[in-house]
Amino acid sequence: MTGALIAIVRRDLLLAFRQRGDIIQVLMFFVIVVTMVPLGVGPELRVLRTIGAGTVWVAALLASIVSLARLFSQDHADGTLEQMLLSGQPASIIVIGKVLAHWLVTGAPLTVAAIPIAVMFDLGFGPGCALVAALALGTPALSLVGAIGAALTLGLRGGGVLVTLLVLPLTVPVLVFGAGAVDAVAGGLSPAPNLLLLAGISLGSAALAPWAIAAALRISLE
Amino acid sequence: MQAANPTPPGFRLFRYAAPAEFYRLAGRVVPFVAAAAALLGAAGLYIGFFVAPTDAQQGEAYRIMFVHVPAAWMGMFIYVVMAAWAALGLIFNTRMSAIMASALAPTGALMAFLALWTGALWGRPAWGTYWDWDARMTSTLILLFLYMGFMALHGAIDDPRRADRAAGVLAIVGVVNVPIIYFSVQWWNTLHQGSSISLGRAPTIAAPMLAAMLVMMLAFWAYCIAAALTRARAIVLERERNAEWVRSLADTAP
Repeated sequence: MTGALIAIVRRDLLLAFRQRGDIIQVLMFFVIVVTMVPLGVGPELRVLRTIGAGTVWVAALLASIVSLARLFSQDHADGTLEQMLLSGQPASIIVIGKVLAHWLVTGAPLTVAAIPIAVMFDLGFGPGCALVAALALGTPALSLVGAIGAALTLGLRGGGVLVTLLVLPLTVPVLVFGAGAVDAVAGGLSPAPNLLLLAGISLGSAALAPWAIAAALRISLE
Repeated sequence: MQAANPTPPGFRLFRYAAPAEFYRLAGRVVPFVAAAAALLGAAGLYIGFFVAPTDAQQGEAYRIMFVHVPAAWMGMFIYVVMAAWAALGLIFNTRMSAIMASALAPTGALMAFLALWTGALWGRPAWGTYWDWDARMTSTLILLFLYMGFMALHGAIDDPRRADRAAGVLAIVGVVNVPIIYFSVQWWNTLHQGSSISLGRAPTIAAPMLAAMLVMMLAFWAYCIAAALTRARAIVLERERNAEWVRSLADTAP
């Protein structure tokens, strides 16, 4: 079982690094969306400081949903996904491997990319650290919940818009606690409750989401 | 002597899972439930508008509560019922369960929308604003988005059986998330007035107000049941249009 997991993560990472452009596109998307906000609301650092965390989180949500399109669709198109599910390995293990690989090429780089953005929004050291920690703990939940949406909309016309519609409402708690951690530090409080809740959501989704993803894949592949 | 018993216990329960049986039974039930909805609605509105006293703080504007509160309750409750039907449909692979889930979705969305709309109308005189980003309003709005997502996913898949099952998975994922969303939004911001009715303590509102609220609640229940059953019958007819019993239905009807 662990063998299958490692093999899938390796394969997906290898594919991602052979198509490096895709990873960079998601990062560019994230950075550009964040850059648009100061251009829209004005350059006052006082305002930017208060909306910084929320902006980064919304951009991270959108970036991780946009990147979902590639999670299953290529493997679905060439039949690999079907072969994987027929391989006799537990479907949830295969799904965990794919989601883990997805997080390593989207969630993890987004977390790193948030460091310069925290500086650009003048968040300060404490809130900046809270933002990075929150992204590190919260983005796995985004990948897991997003994968349910990606599996449900596999092979549908207009899948990209539909998956946004399905997934965004479900990510509200991650957004609330993620931005809340930064606000707590900025207000002189401890970010621990928010960060712990984020970690809890990620762990809870890691426990439950794989079944939903596997069930959704089976329905989509019928 | 097992063969002497022609109907095993489980048989009757699943009998109405057959679309033809459901269609007949629902057709008989709907007129009564719809009439009950109309009568209870008229009675509840009469008590609410003419019998219940004017509120000391909010004047006449509070009377919108008699529509707002039942709509908000039904909006939340129908989502749970819908997810339960969806789960039954996935577990037992019964067509009727999934049809019930998709028949409930538009009614639930309507209730959530009604709760938001009447809430905005009530909020203007009570708080001085149509919309406030408070916990209950925001989570009702997200509930409306969840209903819309369910309907959008169902509509995007052409094969009805696959649509039923995919939307069913989404409904179950949603129902697990609803309490977390509610809690997180409450953590985020809270301004809404406390519940007017709770089971733990004595109600803080006058008896006629409570009566009007309960009658309206029953009226909303009846309306939702009638609307969902009628929609389910329409879906059954559409899906089974090639079946013999639907054809014979068309032949006998004038």
